[in-house]
Amino acid sequence: MTPRPTFPSRDALARLPFSLVDLVLLAGLIVLLYVVLRVGEGATLSYAPSGPVHVSTDPSNLPYDAMRSLIRMFIALGLSVLFTLTYGYAAARSRKAERVLVPALDILQSVPILGFLSVTVTGFIALFPGSYLGLECAAIFAIFTSQAWNMTFSFYYSLSSLSRELDELSRMLRLTRWQRYWKIEVPAATIGLVWNGMMSFGGGWFFLAAAEAISVLNHNYQLPGVGSYVAAATAQGDLGKVGLGILTMILLVLAVNVLFWRPLTAWSERYKLEESVSAERQRSFVLDLLRRSHWPHHLGRLRRWLAEPLGRAMRWLGRDGGKLPPPKPATSRSDVIFNLAVVCAIAFGIYEMSAYINGTVGFGEVAKAFGYGLVTLGRVIVLVIISTLVWVPIGVWIGMNPRVSRLAQPVVQVLASFPANFLFPFATLAFIKAGVPLNAGGILLMSLGAQWYILFNTIAGAMAIPTDLREAAATLRLSRIQRWRRLILPAIFPAYVTGGITAAGGAWNASIVAEIVTYGKTTLVATGLGAYIAKATQTGNFPEILVGVAVMSVFVVAFNRLFWRRLYMIAQTRYAL
Amino acid sequence: MTDTTATTLETPLIAVRALRKTFAVPDGDLPVLEGIDLEVRPGEIVALLGRSGSGKSTLLRCIAGLIPPSQGEVLYRGQPLVGTNPGASLVFQSFALLPWLTVQANVELGLEARGIGPKERAERARHAIDLVGLDGFESAYPKELSGGMRQRVGFARALVVEPDVLLMDEPFSALDVLTAENLRGELLEIWERHEFPTQAIVLVTHNIEEAVLLADRIVVLGTNPGRIREQIQVVLERPRDRRAPAFEQLVDRIYSTMTGREAEQPATPARPNGKREAVMLPHATVDGLSGLAEIVHAAGGTADLADLADDLSLEVDDLLPLVDACVLLGFADVDHGRVTLTETGTAFSTADIQTSKQIFATVARDRVTPIRTIRHALERSDDGALGEGFFLDLLRRNFSEDEARAQLDTAIDWGRYGELFEYDADTDEIALSSTEPRRG
Repeated sequence: MTPRPTFPSRDALARLPFSLVDLVLLAGLIVLLYVVLRVGEGATLSYAPSGPVHVSTDPSNLPYDAMRSLIRMFIALGLSVLFTLTYGYAAARSRKAERVLVPALDILQSVPILGFLSVTVTGFIALFPGSYLGLECAAIFAIFTSQAWNMTFSFYYSLSSLSRELDELSRMLRLTRWQRYWKIEVPAATIGLVWNGMMSFGGGWFFLAAAEAISVLNHNYQLPGVGSYVAAATAQGDLGKVGLGILTMILLVLAVNVLFWRPLTAWSERYKLEESVSAERQRSFVLDLLRRSHWPHHLGRLRRWLAEPLGRAMRWLGRDGGKLPPPKPATSRSDVIFNLAVVCAIAFGIYEMSAYINGTVGFGEVAKAFGYGLVTLGRVIVLVIISTLVWVPIGVWIGMNPRVSRLAQPVVQVLASFPANFLFPFATLAFIKAGVPLNAGGILLMSLGAQWYILFNTIAGAMAIPTDLREAAATLRLSRIQRWRRLILPAIFPAYVTGGITAAGGAWNASIVAEIVTYGKTTLVATGLGAYIAKATQTGNFPEILVGVAVMSVFVVAFNRLFWRRLYMIAQTRYAL
Repeated sequence: MTDTTATTLETPLIAVRALRKTFAVPDGDLPVLEGIDLEVRPGEIVALLGRSGSGKSTLLRCIAGLIPPSQGEVLYRGQPLVGTNPGASLVFQSFALLPWLTVQANVELGLEARGIGPKERAERARHAIDLVGLDGFESAYPKELSGGMRQRVGFARALVVEPDVLLMDEPFSALDVLTAENLRGELLEIWERHEFPTQAIVLVTHNIEEAVLLADRIVVLGTNPGRIREQIQVVLERPRDRRAPAFEQLVDRIYSTMTGREAEQPATPARPNGKREAVMLPHATVDGLSGLAEIVHAAGGTADLADLADDLSLEVDDLLPLVDACVLLGFADVDHGRVTLTETGTAFSTADIQTSKQIFATVARDRVTPIRTIRHALERSDDGALGEGFFLDLLRRNFSEDEARAQLDTAIDWGRYGELFEYDADTDEIALSSTEPRRG
């Protein structure tokens, strides 16, 4: 396997550090959150579906539950792809749209998704009164929000970094817009999109597990699925059944990998832009099997049969190269008006929101949430430091031993996808038995999912150290300390930074499920912003949800911009190999 | 061919009128092309010849309608361009094939855009593929083809839409020598067989022999900003023989046009307002220019540029900056395509490392304005050190962003070698050297 850093949208990091636009957009996003909340608040719960509150933990239901979960994941993936292909295109195509859509995406991917869950659940239930469809939609939406932003970023960057030659080719041949999109732009973005999709899909399991069993507004909602199976088993305190759920989950992850992602990544090789045959190729025996069947042939015929009339029908979208690009893109009056309108709308929203908070919980609540945020921030920092100290040496050891890394890579891939919240029951039980307070134990829970990113990226970074540099270090007889200081640490630094950002982001999100945990009849609570949001969600306290999620977003965005992105810039300029 | 030339002599296929192209820099606009007037008539192959930075590719893209001129206009059959040139196709240096499409589908792309049905498309594409000698490769993917084969696909894709004018942007420079030679021959063959209604070819190149081999007319562009220095009619019979005296004479003549200072304005005139024209450092490393000096010394202190390029199999773009650097430093003189080492140059190329460093330091400080400017600024600063941003800002007034960077990098390379100043990559600071060699 080729080593690849696992942080999906590292292109996003290349954007300039912090600007006024980002501040405005962050404010805008919080306003949007406020609007969604106010709408959700209006939805009364009399529409709630009636039905079994508890999922059966009979193991014979597991295959069915697993399928339900899987279908949810794939529907979300499909929606994410659709969203990506349109939103990403709009952002790359229109300068006005770009100015809002790109920073918005950038911030959206730092917002704690789980904090939104309560809002979306009530909203969707209101849309489909009395039916489980609302719950399904909410779960799918949660997975969608964990996948879409990264994929869209990848697509947007592929579009906007399209090589000059291909752009000129399209304009010179006056390709139709439709042709340009499907023959040049989408294929050029395919590899990035597939890899991003795979990573995001892996991350999606975590949110699936969290969204299948959720208590909102003092109601427990459960959808049949692996996630709710494990949740129900945990509530019963049945570790054996939790183990069964975990086993099912591992099988699911493996199956999806072998049957779907491996073939897809191997297939996407044909969209590589370098025109030479690369030495290392993705292989998949499933794909080889498919290729030997008649399916590709029939599919190709069907595609050709459809493409011709469709291409003809889409000619109205226009052709490329009809107009010379303007000599200088000057800011026009309409740009100014557009900017002004955006700023005004956001300012009005902020004003409205302030009035709302002032009229309900009061501004003291913001200060309180901020204090909790500092506590959770402390946990995140401890987590990143400990994970670094533990996993960087191990990752380097794995990455620099080809034999070990060949064995470790598949394990690592499963770990990347495995939802850490499935392991919470075991950890919780251990905390209860050993009397560990969750204030400390929460760090371990949060790290169960987050730490792996540091490991993967370190492995990838270590694998990418050129052999001649390692040989040079060996011939120079560098001492162990010199070798680490002069070669290894600088070489893995860029990969480590991307891992660190992902780990920290994941930890913030995980805090919402890790700062309050229940096992059987015992509930452990930690002090922190995650617990604050989780409590507000359970009791349906909308103003508190708003304050909690907004404060957490501010923390994540500020931490990313002021700390990680600077490190990333240093990594790119000084330590890029 | 004579019949078409006779009837349409009045309206050129393409006319470029008073074209000027600038790129924005912080202090205003930086011209890359200035006062270009050019016509392309039916039946001719025109070569735009120039060194890197002469704006020849920019000019071709203006003709193609891919970028708009800042002033002046480009006409196709008397009509100003509003979008991409409707009568032209472009062949790319990097081929620009879509790796996910077969050869056939790549060639069909332009026809599909014109709304031509699948049957006719396939037929015309097959014809074009046959013409460039790729029959049998229709269902291959570009990955499977060699460089020469890929560029053939590029030709077929450009020709299949039957353009009036075929524009080529250094079409052979990404190929190895033999393949390039072979493909040039085939291009001429297709051109002379008149199997396609294409009436003219405009070719961008930095390879002098290629221009003489292919073109009916060579347009030599100068650098900074690109102006037309000379237009040369090539009246040699085809097929042309590289060994023929007339061929070699023409190559030599063009070499002297491209290296000669006489055609340009005096090097650095003090303008009335006291603002001096910026001196541009050639993009040459110290290693490169001392290598050249040594080779010329070994050749008896003087050498023919065309022969040098041949012997070293160097492109003009690689050779001429080295020559320019030697001239700027006073190590060599150039006259009519011959480079001759000066006394200093001979001393520089024969001395041991320390001595030649000292010689280099002396001439660099005395003769090279940018180096002198940096030294002055550093001497006048409090602690003998200044951030590179300061110098970049100065350079940006005369050069584009990339060029300013390249200029500073070259100056740093030279200054470091001569131990005139030091550069700290961590702090991006340039500082006076602490171990400066004593002036010899």
